[in-house]
Amino acid sequence: MSTYFTKDHEWIAVDGETGTVGITVYAQGQLGDITFVELPAVGREIKKGDDAAVVDSVKTAADVYSPASGIVIDGNAALTDAPELVNEDPEQGGWLFRIKLSDAGELAGLMDRAAYDAYVAEL
Amino acid sequence: MNAHNPSGWRPEMGEGGNLDAVATTSGDRGLMLEEALIFELGAPGKCGVELDEPACDPVPGLARFLRKAPPALPGLTEPETVRHYTRLSRQNYAIDLGPFPLGSCTMKHNPRLNEKVARLPGFADLHPLAPQQTVRGALEVINQLAEWLITLTGMHGVAMTPKAGAHGELCGLLCIKAAIEARGEARSVILVPESAHGTNPATAAFAGFTVEAIPATAAGRVDLAALAARLGPDVAGVMITNPNTCGLFEREMKTISDAVHAAGGYVYCDGANFNAIVGRVRPGDLGIDAMHINLHKTFSTPHGGGGPGSGPVVLSEALCPFGPLPFTARTADGVVHLVEEEDAEAFGHAQAFGRMAAFHGQMGMFTRALAYILSHGADGLRQVAEDAVLNANYVLRSLEDVLSAPFAASGPCMHEALFSDDGLPEGFSTLDLAKGLIDEGFHPMTVYFPLVVHGAMLIEPTETESKAGLDRFIGSLRSLAERARASDPSLKTAPHLAPRRRLDETLAARKPVLVWKEAAAGG
Repeated sequence: MSTYFTKDHEWIAVDGETGTVGITVYAQGQLGDITFVELPAVGREIKKGDDAAVVDSVKTAADVYSPASGIVIDGNAALTDAPELVNEDPEQGGWLFRIKLSDAGELAGLMDRAAYDAYVAEL
Repeated sequence: MNAHNPSGWRPEMGEGGNLDAVATTSGDRGLMLEEALIFELGAPGKCGVELDEPACDPVPGLARFLRKAPPALPGLTEPETVRHYTRLSRQNYAIDLGPFPLGSCTMKHNPRLNEKVARLPGFADLHPLAPQQTVRGALEVINQLAEWLITLTGMHGVAMTPKAGAHGELCGLLCIKAAIEARGEARSVILVPESAHGTNPATAAFAGFTVEAIPATAAGRVDLAALAARLGPDVAGVMITNPNTCGLFEREMKTISDAVHAAGGYVYCDGANFNAIVGRVRPGDLGIDAMHINLHKTFSTPHGGGGPGSGPVVLSEALCPFGPLPFTARTADGVVHLVEEEDAEAFGHAQAFGRMAAFHGQMGMFTRALAYILSHGADGLRQVAEDAVLNANYVLRSLEDVLSAPFAASGPCMHEALFSDDGLPEGFSTLDLAKGLIDEGFHPMTVYFPLVVHGAMLIEPTETESKAGLDRFIGSLRSLAERARASDPSLKTAPHLAPRRRLDETLAARKPVLVWKEAAAGG
């Protein structure tokens, strides 16, 4: 399984043709306490860069862009009652949604962890 | 000696002591009153008045509506009820207690004359369905106010019915939409600069347009080159807030308007900050096609005095024919008419896009705004704008040595001074200064808005604050900024002296308790 990162601080963990999407530790730190998460409907077809989810914090509502194209196959139901999971465990238990990838070639344009860490260090 | 103080009374000053250590049995602290929820007071069944049981059976057919259980109302006597709300009001902060430095809100003094006029029974007791010939005075008020707004803005006409700022924005955009449709075009994009009011993109989306953002320059104004580059046959118009939310006047407004018009679009101006330029600048001269005016900001009655707002929209000659019904018009005989669907064509408004409200608009705000305008006069209104700008610049220049002022080099500000959290030590934030202001006895300024500045503090003193009042506020905020710079830990836990300390905003958002339940009261 490989994990890729975007400049907008989303991550996607790819296992075969399934991609699990969330926001990074850095992103949750910038947003502050998450109070509500709106997930995409299962079955929705999304393109890379589309608004896929909304993460509300006390002060801000942030759109989460899909790092890759595909069809939504699952959403993290645990976030309905416990949006704080996105703060506590953003890159594991606080995942947002899963897609069935339609074009694995898109991943080539994303960063690996080392590149993303270097990118965040520059911010 | 024949007087030996038989009562034993003598003044005593006491020895002081730690205020925080004083606990009271009642929860009240001196005359700072604690108060429970109204449902937690009194006893079920108690009532301010005693009513007889009905002496007759219910009307046949209505029996099924008979109440089977008593209403779930709190049981309080009249004096208990009066005390409850009076005690709550003592915990409130109001424009009549002190300054409300909320940037973007224009919380000016609300003259008592306005209230007297608005309460005249001839205005206050009108029914919206009263025949026109019985309400000529009220229609005259609406029309006189409309004429003032047209004169002050240099525009062609005005839609008086919108009920608030964002409602006015929607009205303006629907006019633009109707004008584009009348031209047989399909323009779907509205450009909104980052320095615009937050409601603008929401309004454009609500009106069915696609919203695209235009960046701000480092000086805090619209990036003209970026705007010009984006204009094209798909752009319906732009929404620009002027003066903008950075407290700056958009100096290139005429150039922007000309570029938008040349590309076939229209210019909407958010006029919420009109207070800074009224009597000095006529938006019509800047090429603006539509602009709402928050009567409840520029012409007093801040935030509608707790009641309704009112957001008339002034329109250019190009958009005027599409303005909503009804509107007032004076005919050659001097009589003011309320023009509705049946006579719209006769008054040249056959293309009206529809209506924004059931009736003629917010009468109570019209009377207040006209009273304000007439009591100030044209010269007085101009001085209002000048004093508002002077006060804001006084705040800006008095604090720029202790607070970072990101656009201080962009020239004088308009009606509001903008600071950022840049330069505060690690661990200290805008929020700490805002909470500290509560201990100092002030309503905090607008915080974390506009979004283009990190840790923004937006301070709008308005023209009605005296220099002495401004100096008190500046002195308090300066002392708080100095405490933050010295990393004073007590600032992190402010407010210390308010009825409540810091509230858990995260918990309130995650697990909101919106309805009182009896079970919860026992806990």
